[in-house]
Amino acid sequence: MSLTLKALKKSPWVFHVNTGACNNCDIEILDALTPRFDVERFGIVLVGSIRHADVLLISGPVSRNILPRLKRLYDAAPKPIKVIVVGACGCTCGIFKDGYNIIGPVDKHIPVDAYVPGCPPKPETLIAGVVKVLSTL
Amino acid sequence: MDAARYLIDYLIFPGFLFTAVVGLLTTWVDRKVTARVHWRVGPPWYQPFADTVKLLGKEVIVPAGARKTGFLLMPVVGLAAATLASTILWKANLDPGSSFIGDSIVVLYIMTIPAIAMILGASASGNPLAILGGAREMKLLFAYELPLVIAMLTTVYKAGSFSFENILGMQAASGQFLGSFSGTLAFIVAIFCAQAKCSILPFDIAEAETELAGGAHIEYSGAPYAVVRLNMAIMFFIVPVFIVTMFWGGFTFVGWKILTSILKYVAIIVIMVLIKNTNPRVRIDQAVRFFWGPMLVLSIIALILAVLGY
Repeated sequence: MSLTLKALKKSPWVFHVNTGACNNCDIEILDALTPRFDVERFGIVLVGSIRHADVLLISGPVSRNILPRLKRLYDAAPKPIKVIVVGACGCTCGIFKDGYNIIGPVDKHIPVDAYVPGCPPKPETLIAGVVKVLSTL
Repeated sequence: MDAARYLIDYLIFPGFLFTAVVGLLTTWVDRKVTARVHWRVGPPWYQPFADTVKLLGKEVIVPAGARKTGFLLMPVVGLAAATLASTILWKANLDPGSSFIGDSIVVLYIMTIPAIAMILGASASGNPLAILGGAREMKLLFAYELPLVIAMLTTVYKAGSFSFENILGMQAASGQFLGSFSGTLAFIVAIFCAQAKCSILPFDIAEAETELAGGAHIEYSGAPYAVVRLNMAIMFFIVPVFIVTMFWGGFTFVGWKILTSILKYVAIIVIMVLIKNTNPRVRIDQAVRFFWGPMLVLSIIALILAVLGY
């Protein structure tokens, strides 16, 4: 394993994008970043710009309006980038399956590395998802 | 022979290697103290090194609308300037004989180059948010330079000379400038200016993670972003060193003085981190009013008191 990959495992920086979720997953993601769980112990930091990110955290089904933005975000990210989908809607479209403006789950449009199911998933599950993604490196 | 010695000074001991390692450790102290204030555990000591190595291994993206040369060159220019300032400062502290006339002025003005390089790099990136961050950084630069220069003039008046050798010698002979009334006032002004110079929290207006999404650094990725972060780490390291040299007797590494030197440095870092953690970010107009109002008045009072002999 190369040195940069080893370092990447120690400091995954997360960029969060909501592609049309109902806000429940976003609340749980914010919970995972609060001092109670203290993810900075593992080097996980929420960054403001996609250019700085190593992990793209996506919550929600993909609506028609967000799709071009999502593709641009994925292209703008410096590789290697890992994509994690959070919540039942992101994995399978969930209850929005028959919505008129929903065009499929995230993995239909961009490659996904890990799925964190649940409606909403607990913060512990989220942290476990990030750890699982890092173990695939 | 002289050229080789200067090169070693610049690249290895008081220069690049030493400053980068200690600067990254300083940012770790910052993150750890912040975590303890939040009742968290905080990252391990190697966290800044892991971040830097990781960024060096990532893809470098130059945005479509950017001017490539300026965009990629400016972080390096800032890093070179910060390293030069650190080298001059440490040489003056470790070996006062190597000081030259007016080197405190040289260090003060070299320390503004990282901010100017950041403005130019942000403007070259072609991102509107980055340009907005660069404009804010420029206003902040105009705001804090004036009180910082006047606070520095206080110590220069007391020492009667612009060179670090005389400033340090005067403090060794007749007590630290921090002990006097005017010195304390100027020290307070310098701490707030240092806060703005390192662009940490009450005055991190140029970065503004929350509304400008990284501000001036928004388009940097991979190795250039590693250089930008290294640059900020070095600034966070040398600005307190500059304040200790000007106001608090400098550093000596002979006998028991090692301990007091390190304690002085850590004390200033902890004061800055505590100010950072207890204050929200101010708007740019509030920052300019703060520096050109109370801070300017305080520094002028300090200068007048120094002239009167207090």
